[in-house]
Amino acid sequence: MIDKFRENALAALAPIPSGATLAVGGFGSSGRPDTLLDTLCDLDLRDLHVIVNNVGGDFTGIGRLLAEGRLRRVTASFPVLPDFYTEYFAGRVEFELIPQGTLAERLRAGGAGIAAFYTPSGAGTMLSDGTFPLGYRPDGEVATHIPAKEHREFGGREHVLEYGIVADFALVKASQGDRKGNLRFRLSARNFNPLAAMSGRYTFAEVEHLVATGDLAPDDIHLPGVFVDEVLLKSELSPRLGVMTRRSA
Amino acid sequence: MTQTAVFEQISGRSRDGIAQRLAADLRDGFVVNLGVGIPLLVPKYVPPDVEVILHAENGVLGMGPLAAPGHEDPDLTDAGKQPVTLITGAAIVDSSLSFAVVRGGHLDVTVLGALQVSGRGDLANWYVPGQNPAVGGAMDLVAGAREVWVAMEHVDRAGRPKIVQRCTFPLTGRGVVTRIYTDLAVFHIVSGELRLTECAPGVTPEAIRERTGVPFVET
Repeated sequence: MIDKFRENALAALAPIPSGATLAVGGFGSSGRPDTLLDTLCDLDLRDLHVIVNNVGGDFTGIGRLLAEGRLRRVTASFPVLPDFYTEYFAGRVEFELIPQGTLAERLRAGGAGIAAFYTPSGAGTMLSDGTFPLGYRPDGEVATHIPAKEHREFGGREHVLEYGIVADFALVKASQGDRKGNLRFRLSARNFNPLAAMSGRYTFAEVEHLVATGDLAPDDIHLPGVFVDEVLLKSELSPRLGVMTRRSA
Repeated sequence: MTQTAVFEQISGRSRDGIAQRLAADLRDGFVVNLGVGIPLLVPKYVPPDVEVILHAENGVLGMGPLAAPGHEDPDLTDAGKQPVTLITGAAIVDSSLSFAVVRGGHLDVTVLGALQVSGRGDLANWYVPGQNPAVGGAMDLVAGAREVWVAMEHVDRAGRPKIVQRCTFPLTGRGVVTRIYTDLAVFHIVSGELRLTECAPGVTPEAIRERTGVPFVET
C-alpha cells in the first residue's frame, strides 16, 4: 500500500547529506516550504547547493543557512536578502545567476529527461558570455565566472544552450496533498513548486491540508504523486519568529 | 554649471502622462506584462473600450488591481511580491508555463523601464555595476515578447541622454526594443532604425535632438 505521509519532518529529512543539491519551490514567501526549510536548518548540514528563485527577505530558512555559512552555491534569478550579496562578494557563497524563465525551464527539463535546450533568454548578455562572476576570493578578486554558454542561431535569432537541472532533493509546498503524494496548489503559490518537485531525485512536499485519497479528483490534481516521495504537514509554527543569527567569525 | 542648464528648460509629459500616452496605443485583447516604475502606472489609463490581460511572471494571467487593505491573500501576489487581485476569467499557471507564454510569443507587449536604450534597440535595465545583481524575468521578457515598449524619462538625473549610440550598462537584450515613450517623445525602432514618430506637446524635434545621444529619423 502506498502511504507517503510522514508525521516527523526531522526524521524524514535526516537522510539529506552535506553537499547535497536542493531545488526549492516558492516565489518570495508565496508557496515557500517554510516547515521543510526550518527543519533543514535544524539538521547539521554544510556545503549545500540551493536552487531557488529568491533568497528570502529574512534570517529564517535559506536566509538562516546563509547566515550560518552552510551554503556552497545558490542558483537563483532574484536574491532579495542584502546579506546574500555580502556573503557572495566576500567569497563565502557562489552565485549562479540565471534568468527566471530559464530557471523554471531548467527544473522542468531536468525532471522531464531533457538534458539541455536552446532559449533566446540571456543571449548576448553577461549571463551567457562568461563574464559574470560565479564566485569571489576573500580578497575581493573574482575567483571563477559562470562559464560562457554555447550560442546558436535559430530562425535568425541567437539562442543559448541551457542544461536541465536534476537536484538530489526537492522541497516544495502545496495547498492540498493526499497519501499517494498527489498535490494541488493554490493561486500564485503554485509558481516554481511543480517544477522543483519534478527536478528532485527525491521530493518532499509540505502541505497545508492532508486530504483523504480520492478527495482530489483526477482532473483537479496539479502534480501527480509520481513526482513526490514524502508528504508532510505544514507546521503551525512556521514561519517561526527566528532569532537573527549571524556568522560568528 | 550642470549640463542640463545648457539647454533651455522644457517641460514634457509627467510620469503619469507618459503612461497615459503609452496606454492609448494598447489594443483590445492584448496580453501585456508590466515592469516596475512608470509601466505600473499604465493600467489606470487603459481606455474604457480596450480590454487587456495583464500577465505577471509568477504565473498570473488576468491580474487586477492591488488587494485592498485587509483583503490581502499571501497565495496571490504580483511579480513584485505585492498582494493583488484577479479579474473575472483570470487563470493561474506554474512558472514554466508562465514563461512559455513569454518566450513563445503569446505576450503581445511588455512595458519596461530602462537605464539606457540604444538607437538600434539594445536594452540595458537589469544591473548597475557596483550594485547587487539580480535579473528576475527581464531577459526572458525582452527575448520573448512580440513587442518591447520602454517607458522612461528622456534623460537621467544628471541630464545625460538615456537613448544612446551604445549602451554602457550591461545589456538585457540586443535589438529588442520596438518603441520608446518618454516625457518628450515617442520613437519607433524599425529594422534597427530609430524613428521619431511624435513630439510631446510643446516640444520641438530640435529639443529632442539635443537630449538624444544618437541620430534619429523624423517621420
